[in-house]
Amino acid sequence: MTRTSVLWDYAPAPEATDHVRLADRFGLFIDGEFRAPVDGRHVASVNPATEEPLAEVAWAGIEDVSRAVDAARAAQPRWAALPGRDRAKYVFRIARLIQERARELAVVETLDGGKPIRESRDLDVPLAAAHFFHYAGWADKLHQGVAAREVAPLGVVGQIVPWNFPLLMAAWKLAPALACGNTAILKPAETTPLTALLLAEICQEAELPPGVVAVLPGDGATGAALVRSPGIDKLAFTGSTAVGREIQSALAGRSVALTLELGGKSANIVFEDASLDQAVEGIVNGIFFNQGHVCCAGSRLLIQESVLDEVIAKLWRRMQRLRVGDPLDKNTDVGAINSAEQLERIEALVGAGEREGAVRHTIACELPGRGFWFAPTMFTDVAPAHRIAVEEIFGPVVSVLSFRTTAEAIDKANNSRYGLAAGIWTDKGAKAFEVAKALQAGVVWQNTYNHFDPTAAFGGYKESGFGREGGAAGLRPYLRIVR
Amino acid sequence: MTRIPVRKTYKLWIGGAFVRSESGRYDPAQLRRTGAEEPQLVNVPRASRKDVRDAVAAARKAAAPWATRTAYNRGQILYRAAEALESRRDQLAAGAGAAQVDAAVDVLVHYAGWTDKFQAVLGGINPVAAPFLSFSVPEPTGVVGVIAPDEPELLGVVAELAPALAAGDTVVAVLSEAGPLAGLDLAEVLGIADIPAGVVNLLSGRRRELALALGAHRDLNAIVDAAGDAELSAKLDELGAETIKRVRHADPVTGYEDAVALSLERIEALTELKTAWHPVGA
Repeated sequence: MTRTSVLWDYAPAPEATDHVRLADRFGLFIDGEFRAPVDGRHVASVNPATEEPLAEVAWAGIEDVSRAVDAARAAQPRWAALPGRDRAKYVFRIARLIQERARELAVVETLDGGKPIRESRDLDVPLAAAHFFHYAGWADKLHQGVAAREVAPLGVVGQIVPWNFPLLMAAWKLAPALACGNTAILKPAETTPLTALLLAEICQEAELPPGVVAVLPGDGATGAALVRSPGIDKLAFTGSTAVGREIQSALAGRSVALTLELGGKSANIVFEDASLDQAVEGIVNGIFFNQGHVCCAGSRLLIQESVLDEVIAKLWRRMQRLRVGDPLDKNTDVGAINSAEQLERIEALVGAGEREGAVRHTIACELPGRGFWFAPTMFTDVAPAHRIAVEEIFGPVVSVLSFRTTAEAIDKANNSRYGLAAGIWTDKGAKAFEVAKALQAGVVWQNTYNHFDPTAAFGGYKESGFGREGGAAGLRPYLRIVR
Repeated sequence: MTRIPVRKTYKLWIGGAFVRSESGRYDPAQLRRTGAEEPQLVNVPRASRKDVRDAVAAARKAAAPWATRTAYNRGQILYRAAEALESRRDQLAAGAGAAQVDAAVDVLVHYAGWTDKFQAVLGGINPVAAPFLSFSVPEPTGVVGVIAPDEPELLGVVAELAPALAAGDTVVAVLSEAGPLAGLDLAEVLGIADIPAGVVNLLSGRRRELALALGAHRDLNAIVDAAGDAELSAKLDELGAETIKRVRHADPVTGYEDAVALSLERIEALTELKTAWHPVGA
């Protein structure tokens, strides 16, 4: 007798939002206080799942940027002169306050960005706290972290973060900068400023000295003003390769240190000897995690030909079970696309994929009437030159390609201008190490994907950028080697 | 009867071959020889943009095999280069001065000793909070362009070549424009030091022309700009942005101490840290 598979339907399980105290209006966080912007401009931050405004947020103009830079400049010598153990205590406080306000931060992250509450609750917020906790401990051990070289902070650092992991990327940027004795001006992304502003509140609660951290929401113009500000000593950017290129070019001829964490088109390689069911779970996590809004998403799936049909069938079956919808629902796997603009970009590239002859498979599911949504999609019959195999889509869309030999897998994986991450699925240890070594990618995951840790360096090869975040290597971009 | 000496034809070093510039162009230079009172006028090839492209192609071809040699082997080859340079000490000293040649030899020895050590210093096991063996290890960035300063003409290029080779990168270097002969002689030294073809490529000519061609090349991963020319530096930054090149500006080195003071940093700047996660248990 064969067992009939049972499909459950899930009752809605929305996370409550009544414990969240979100102000109606946020100012710019400059010199330890929330202030009105010079030009008085406020823009609503919108919930991408409902298109409803969440709060009015001040956007910083050039004068605001320059005020924040001046305050950071004034605060920097005293911050750097604090004994490391005291700087550490402030950063430890921030870590603890994030833990204390974890539930609130998770809900706001999900409301503002559209990501499933399961992810913001279990990954974004705990990892953000862990990053502050990790780097706090470095503050009094800096020279041991850089091979016993004599070091000094860089000074005032500008930090521009993306909308896909708003709080987590703010933590990746601020934690090492502060531990190293720099003062920082953080510019959150235009669509997701709210958790960065809550983090500014946390800096106040932690009694961080005024000027050590500024938070300046705004769009590309605010970012450009920060990049062009003559008062910064270093700029750290996470975002697209196109904007990274503009920033690198804008800093030409200036002695401003730069680190870039940019785009990717990461290969996820499935060998025939992999545990295929486990691999399918990893493929799903690799590309549908956070709606595919992940710079290291496993968006190029390379499957060995002998198991190609089997893996595609299993993956397609698994994709049908993905629950797309209300990001606040604890059962949701795929939430809302972050913005109308991003949805348009995804649709344009998916359209190009269809026109170029790849075969599109999009799961049938009911999408909410309002908000920005894109159903999980797989492309088969993809040629290596297709745009969907070359360009970053930054959405829940995976392109399937195949290979015969290990050497071909390595060649195909490396045949990209990007080099951020890669996945390897095999149960053969020697093969995994061989392939991991040969891949031009800053992070290589074997039999897992999208795993992050504050102790493990993260960053790209080639046009995926330069500089590392995480671990001792993450101190280096915020320190000058004296000798 | 005095012997008629055999004169040397100076050539570029590209892909392991000594070649004239494909352009056929040349510039005059002054050669100082031991025991000779008057410098001798010689012709030096003036490399073209096409020579730059050929050199980058050769360096790219050599990159993967060089990167996968053992660290021990790369160290031996760098040490061999020091031996070979020492053996030509007197000849090179006539032009560059003995102190500079000695410093260049010692710099090669210094970096020969780094090849199998910087990985342990810059990388290590990451104590991640999950059942994985996670480690980070620096790997070569790839193909590196070096813009050497006018002075010191030998040490200036050796001080930038050596960290790149120690890191496992391959190099295309634009030699001193004012004093290219020492760099062209260096090609003969490196050519007998077991350095595989294409791992180092040395070009003489007009610095700006060659540096800009190198900076604009899409298959170059990094540039070390030690020319000390602010205008050129800014231009290289701008060109580098096009393909997110790692651009490092360094002042021309002044001597041995200066060349090795930040040696780990020089190596680090030409590496990429890779983090690998391998499962432990299921």
